Amino acid sequence: MSLRSHSRWPFWRNLGARLLSPLLLLLLWEAASQSGVLPARIIAAPSAIGGTLWQMLASGELAGHLWVSLIRALSGLAIGVSVGASLALVAGLSRGGELAIDSPMQMLRTLPFLAIVPLFILWFGVGETPKIALIALGTTFPVYLTLFAGIRGLDPKLIEAATLFGLNRRERVWHVILPGALPSFFVGLRYAFGISWLGLVVVEQINATAGIGYLVNDARDFMRTDVIVICLLVYSVLGLGIDALVRGLERFTLAWRPAFIRS
Amino acid sequence: MPRSASVAAVSVRQAVRQFGEQRILDGLDLDIGAGQFVALLGRSGSGKTTLLRALAGLDRIDGGQLQVPQARAAVFQEPRLMPWKRAWRNVSLGLRGANPEARARAAMEEVGLQHRLSAWPGTLSGGEAQRVALARALVREPKLLLLDEPFAALDALTRIRMQQLVLELWRKHAPAVLLVTHDVDEAVLLADRVLVLDRGRIVDDLHIAQPRPREIATRHLQEVRRHLLGLLGVESNAEPAPNHSFYLTGTHR
Ligand SMILES: Nc1ncnc2c1ncn2[C@@H]1O[C@H](COP(=O)(O)OP(=O)(O)OP(=O)(O)O)[C@@H](O)[C@H]1O
Ligand SMILES: [Mg+2]
Repeated sequence: MSLRSHSRWPFWRNLGARLLSPLLLLLLWEAASQSGVLPARIIAAPSAIGGTLWQMLASGELAGHLWVSLIRALSGLAIGVSVGASLALVAGLSRGGELAIDSPMQMLRTLPFLAIVPLFILWFGVGETPKIALIALGTTFPVYLTLFAGIRGLDPKLIEAATLFGLNRRERVWHVILPGALPSFFVGLRYAFGISWLGLVVVEQINATAGIGYLVNDARDFMRTDVIVICLLVYSVLGLGIDALVRGLERFTLAWRPAFIRS
Repeated sequence: MPRSASVAAVSVRQAVRQFGEQRILDGLDLDIGAGQFVALLGRSGSGKTTLLRALAGLDRIDGGQLQVPQARAAVFQEPRLMPWKRAWRNVSLGLRGANPEARARAAMEEVGLQHRLSAWPGTLSGGEAQRVALARALVREPKLLLLDEPFAALDALTRIRMQQLVLELWRKHAPAVLLVTHDVDEAVLLADRVLVLDRGRIVDDLHIAQPRPREIATRHLQEVRRHLLGLLGVESNAEPAPNHSFYLTGTHR
């Protein structure tokens, strides 16, 4: 199937196709649990998980944790994307900016995310701040790197044409450089969404009392495999949702790309 | 119809441009009269693009003087359209003055693309994209139109149509035109003057007074053609491409 025909698929059919194979996997798993091949100690049966899920949904427990996590992820993401994008713009649009920003960023990006946790706890304590700061840090880099590369990778011939046709610097940035770098930015945004969400598991180990990551850790201590699986499910469903969101955004803003053009 | 060359559109004196040790333009002199159609020939790497870029203001020269009109525009071998802007928005991009949208639409109509106004550049054919690039250049009412092998990437038929279109638009808007080309026939059929660039200077400047549409098979143009090919280092005894002149004479006017 070509990319073109794929992009013509209606949204819901698209989503349906994406959910099909996970559902099949689920059925297999239930069979294994019922026949005793998979004991609950290793992993709970889907039906048991379903029961717990229902309970957690009905009591509002899951929604509460989800909400806390969502706020953390989005706050960190908002900061990380803004900082990453701003730095990329400064570094991408000026030589001086590049000199000042790019090499420190290239050095910092190789730091392992997890190794910074103790330092952030020392700096920011154990409240919300280090959690959001870590997610912000983790999401800054993909946005910075992709947007910077997008700006610098732009066809110089287009910028030249824009100059020739009388666009001043501000207009060139607005009409040429930013739209041209947008596809790269979206790649970074996707990474950032993924990192923010997965980063929760790490940051919510820091003295948390709520959130999906907290729920996972708590469930581990009590060997509640059903709760762990529910959390994993939440992660993957949200991952799919985020993916669909970014796809929608891309389709809307990158309508000019050949892959999205409807004939 | 040769135009009066009394008012200069372009005046270049002793222009020098070098890249490292290599002198690409080496004391080049050039005058182009207002409204004149000039073709520039030269071997690959002789500095045609370098000269054109300097005239366009996209590159500096290292010595000498350059006088060009403020209003100039260029079409390159590639259309250089912004893929994220619809065709007419590419034409109106950076356009100052009253009513840019209406002017862009009119220019699109002039190049025969009124039905593709809102097309994304990614959906245009090579010839269509090049016509949009031409509309984008003309809508600025340039006094000097710089064309750097604008037809080189097109198929033969489209190229002939484009040549006619450029002639038509030149007659109507009367800019001075500097057309860089590899195609000797194209130069001879279109231009008032054919220049040859070699070793950093204009080494030949031929005036062609014949009225258009021209027939390449005439004795005079054949001589001009052979002479130019000789200058370009091609010994010519080959016949000219017959279909070329056929289309140009057959469909024009
Ligand atoms: N920015 C640059 N830096 C170094 N050398 C350059 C640069 N631009 C052009 N040159 C050199 O200058 C010479 C002339 O280049 P130019 O592009 O003007 O040739 P041209 O006559 O347009 O050739 P063609 O017919 O192949 O397009 C070439 O040898 C090229 O390598
Ligand atoms: Mg060239």
